[in-house]
Amino acid sequence: MNKGVEPSVGFGKNFNVAAVQQKLRAAMAPLGLLGPAGLWLVLLMVLPTLLITELSLVPGLRPGEAIEGYGLLNYLRILEPTYLQVLRRSATFATGTTLLCLVLGFPVAYWLALMAPKRWQNLLLVLFILPLWTSSLLRTYAWITLLRPSGVINLVLSTLGLPTQSLMNTSWAVYIGMTYSFLPYMVLILYASLERLDLRLLEAAADLGANPRTAFWRVTVPQTLPGIAAGCLLVFVTSLGDFVVPTLLGGPSSMTISRLIYNQFLGVARNWGFGSALSMVLILMVSVAIALLLKYGDRNPDIYS
Amino acid sequence: MSKKHNLPSPKLRISWQGCLTALTYCFMYVPIIVLGIYSFNESRYGAIWKGFSLTWYRKLLGDERLFLALGDSLKIALCAVAISSVLGTLMAVGLAKYRFPGKSLYVGISYLPLIIPDIAIAVATLVFLASVAVPLSLWTAIAAHMVFCLAYIAIVVSSRLQGLDPNLEEAALDLGATPAQALLKVLIPQLLPAIVSGCLLAFVLSMDDLLISSFTAGGANPLPIEIFSRVKTGIKPDINALSVLLILASGLIAACSEYFRYKSQRN
Repeated sequence: MNKGVEPSVGFGKNFNVAAVQQKLRAAMAPLGLLGPAGLWLVLLMVLPTLLITELSLVPGLRPGEAIEGYGLLNYLRILEPTYLQVLRRSATFATGTTLLCLVLGFPVAYWLALMAPKRWQNLLLVLFILPLWTSSLLRTYAWITLLRPSGVINLVLSTLGLPTQSLMNTSWAVYIGMTYSFLPYMVLILYASLERLDLRLLEAAADLGANPRTAFWRVTVPQTLPGIAAGCLLVFVTSLGDFVVPTLLGGPSSMTISRLIYNQFLGVARNWGFGSALSMVLILMVSVAIALLLKYGDRNPDIYS
Repeated sequence: MSKKHNLPSPKLRISWQGCLTALTYCFMYVPIIVLGIYSFNESRYGAIWKGFSLTWYRKLLGDERLFLALGDSLKIALCAVAISSVLGTLMAVGLAKYRFPGKSLYVGISYLPLIIPDIAIAVATLVFLASVAVPLSLWTAIAAHMVFCLAYIAIVVSSRLQGLDPNLEEAALDLGATPAQALLKVLIPQLLPAIVSGCLLAFVLSMDDLLISSFTAGGANPLPIEIFSRVKTGIKPDINALSVLLILASGLIAACSEYFRYKSQRN
């Protein structure tokens, strides 16, 4: 700002007006750029979130009803065994998917970042994340063709003379579908992390007598730990809130928190208060994961650069 | 960022990591390829191949409901992305330029649409619209889509802004350009590839969105909702055909985006 500029005696008044105007303009300038988007975010993101926080405290609210008194009944209801089981199942799906993505994604990212021919590196990476550009709904739908009882997998199994499997509407189908949907995110983040790996450290480890396995576990993995944390938490958070895969592939036995919320608003249950409380729990679970990410993870995974 | 150490680039040889990677690539592409093959299968049921046919593509072309749904989707996505491209870019420029009290709060809020699960955003928006008694329509869906569109565009543009030379804009100002001229003639042209690639990302996300539209679109019936309601009950061969066409279209958009990203990195 204008620190150090002394108004001169002669035209003190004029200068002050100009200074005030300038200050005002300086204060208004960010508003012109940041105001419209900020207004939109406050109106359609912050206020609605505050509103469901309020509604979650209204027991048994149905659409169109007036609010009569507050209480924690909705949250207490979530602690009932039926709903607790839904929460546990959602968390299990998300954890399992995260581990599967890490196990499948790490070798791919490692190969792409450190072993792939340099000329093809970018193209191969783009090829891997290309499915992210296609509709997640259609990619999930594609698995129905493979998994259903009269599907391609069973056709192959029976041709080979092996017993057919009923994979549709099981937890396996959910794990497969979710891993398929979110694996590219994991590879992308791990790749960014592995690409920045300081190869001199690996050389130093080799010079000092470490075999490749030791060097991998003692140098590569610790160096990429922030990336691993970021990838895991991103996949965890995304799969925790996923609706399409459990609905299309998981069948009635795979009720998850997002499907439960959906039912409270668009399904038969129609309980806005309970649905809001469930949403708050989901947001809380995600926030905890994000807080962990900010604390331990990679703050700047170069996803977009 | 640390400079890459110059190792002799490893030769392509068969390693177990390479084999595993190849298998994972198969995992990513087999479902899409199988879907593509079966869209030409004459048989309606089962996985058995009954011969090549274009029946399902023909049926698709006569499906007026799907075309209306595609129209709704395009209207929502195009409007939301068009408005968000302006708001998101201004926001990114503003955040790069100014420091002000509460900036970290502003940045935090701008990340909310990316962090909070879609289902929670959808529910909250529905409840909010109901409480202010706005009837649900195509326009409420556009308003809701704008939230995540502008957040994504702002992130993509922000990351590009970090790599820009701030001296260019100052030079323009020193040479007598007004701040608006400096923005339009110096900054925006440099940002254009990033803006375009952000818009393409937002467009794809908006076209793909099921949950937020389900809760905010009212009588409008965007494509994902139509597809979802049809495939909930199982395989529909004409949706196979539709999938192939949509996947090809999104592949094209992805190629465009990668091209612009490549260009924006080169400049």
